[in-house]
Amino acid sequence: MSVLVFTENWDGKFKKSSFELVSYASSVAEMLNTTACALSIGKVDKGELEELGLYGVKKIIGVTGDSLDVLDNQIYTRIIAETAVKEGATVVILSNNNTGKALAPRLSVRLRAGIGTGVSKLPVSINPFVLYKRAYSGNAYALLTIKTGIRIITLAQNSYELIERRNDPVIEEVPLQVDSSLAKTRVQEVQKQTGKILLTDAEIVVSGGRGMKSPDNWGPLIELADLLGAATACSRPVSDEGWRGHDEHTGQTGKIIAPNLYIAIGISGATQHLAGVSSSKYIVAINTDKDAPIFEAAQYGIVGDAMKVLPGLVESVREIKSR
Amino acid sequence: MKILVCMSQVPDTTTRVKFVDDNKKLDTNGIQWVINPWDELSLTRALELKDDAATEVKSVTIAHVGHAGTEPTIRKALAIGADDAVRVNAEPADAFFVASQLAEVVRNDKFDILLCLIESSDHNGSTVGGMLAELLELPSISAVSGLNIRDGQVLINREIDGGRETVTLPTPFVAVVQKGIAKEPRIAAMRGIMMARTKPIKVLEPIAAETYTEIAGYEMPKPRTACRFIDPASPKQLIELLQQEAKVI
Repeated sequence: MSVLVFTENWDGKFKKSSFELVSYASSVAEMLNTTACALSIGKVDKGELEELGLYGVKKIIGVTGDSLDVLDNQIYTRIIAETAVKEGATVVILSNNNTGKALAPRLSVRLRAGIGTGVSKLPVSINPFVLYKRAYSGNAYALLTIKTGIRIITLAQNSYELIERRNDPVIEEVPLQVDSSLAKTRVQEVQKQTGKILLTDAEIVVSGGRGMKSPDNWGPLIELADLLGAATACSRPVSDEGWRGHDEHTGQTGKIIAPNLYIAIGISGATQHLAGVSSSKYIVAINTDKDAPIFEAAQYGIVGDAMKVLPGLVESVREIKSR
Repeated sequence: MKILVCMSQVPDTTTRVKFVDDNKKLDTNGIQWVINPWDELSLTRALELKDDAATEVKSVTIAHVGHAGTEPTIRKALAIGADDAVRVNAEPADAFFVASQLAEVVRNDKFDILLCLIESSDHNGSTVGGMLAELLELPSISAVSGLNIRDGQVLINREIDGGRETVTLPTPFVAVVQKGIAKEPRIAAMRGIMMARTKPIKVLEPIAAETYTEIAGYEMPKPRTACRFIDPASPKQLIELLQQEAKVI
């Protein structure tokens, strides 16, 4: 018995979310009185693999091979499934990011394992195996019982703390054993944004809605985000109007995020918007309408015009940061 | 080329959900059922591709797992422009059960592109598409925000962390689509609504399939503490609260 956690890498590096995932897996392993094993796929330096060992895993497996630079769902699924069987895993954990969401359901079929996605807490119980997960777009939570012997969990990003636990892990570097001719995904072009804080990784998000009035008014909002080390986001009307890119849209049909702090500026907070941000730990709302639903979700609010309030906020943050 | 759009119906997205039966079941009283918002977008994109003669997309079929009561929602999809529909006559018990039924639909007919949603707005599972692909041993692409066909080749935009890839795949394949696939959902016109009445909905009885999960109960989110209002003239107070009280900056 063991717990297997798949840790994705980005150009050979892990991120804070990888370590959160490993911390979570180690805690699940403790609940099951077993040990956790991390699996990395693609080229990652040994030093980087060792980093995973700070968060409680007993074993780290690095699979490398030529065709692994491109995410091919079939190949990756087979590697994870074969490792899970070899390690006798009864729980397999992935991130609830794009990659995790692509692989977890395929793994579910391959391992005949029930799946709980977007889980934000440790299992509620082990026997039966019950998970606490988001449902009805954040308007409710479901207690989901997984009936199979192997269970798959995708962990919501930014939902578990880092816990340092040194367990002197063994590191195994193994070559790819799955037939790579299975890979059918061919990448023709890659566009990457560099230097920007990713919305789904960000601990602070500053978001603008229709109350920003025009695409030309975003300057102070971006300045506030920069000062706070935050990512920028927007509501659906703003991305539909083309004021900001679609990749910034947070809400039911956009990105679902759970930062520590979400600052909603000129956003009324329709149900569909709240569905994407309601898991934020703190919500601050700035809106001219004191009856806007966003104030029901917020812990702190300012009733006022975004354009008038923003400069003062920027000034105050600058002052605090320069202390 | 034939496109299959896997569709689910969900409570209208502004519904304030309530539960019955010891919080194990959704209270369906007064609920307005709609096409899952992402499915509407994938249907729209499928129809745009069909309208473009250069793509050689010949038909768009809807697949749905649900009882007869869901037919009005299927008719809506037909009114928007789908050619026909297949309904598997069963309660969608869990994701694996639904994927197993959809796999059977695909085995009975041939499709080149299978479009599935990134998640339904009710169970927020995002699992059926990937399961379907693995059951059929087909390639799959997730987080698809664009789908084009040029000279018989399918080009797919896939969202990755911090960027986007353009990838190709041989057909048939499963695309799990999300935001960006189409701009505005297409709306049914009067002519479409009239035509939808006579479009075929094939009803299949379910195959035996397992369920891997079950709902033990639902909980409502904890109510948040009341909002603390700060004088717009003193933004500094807000920043100090965030730093000293909430400790988030």
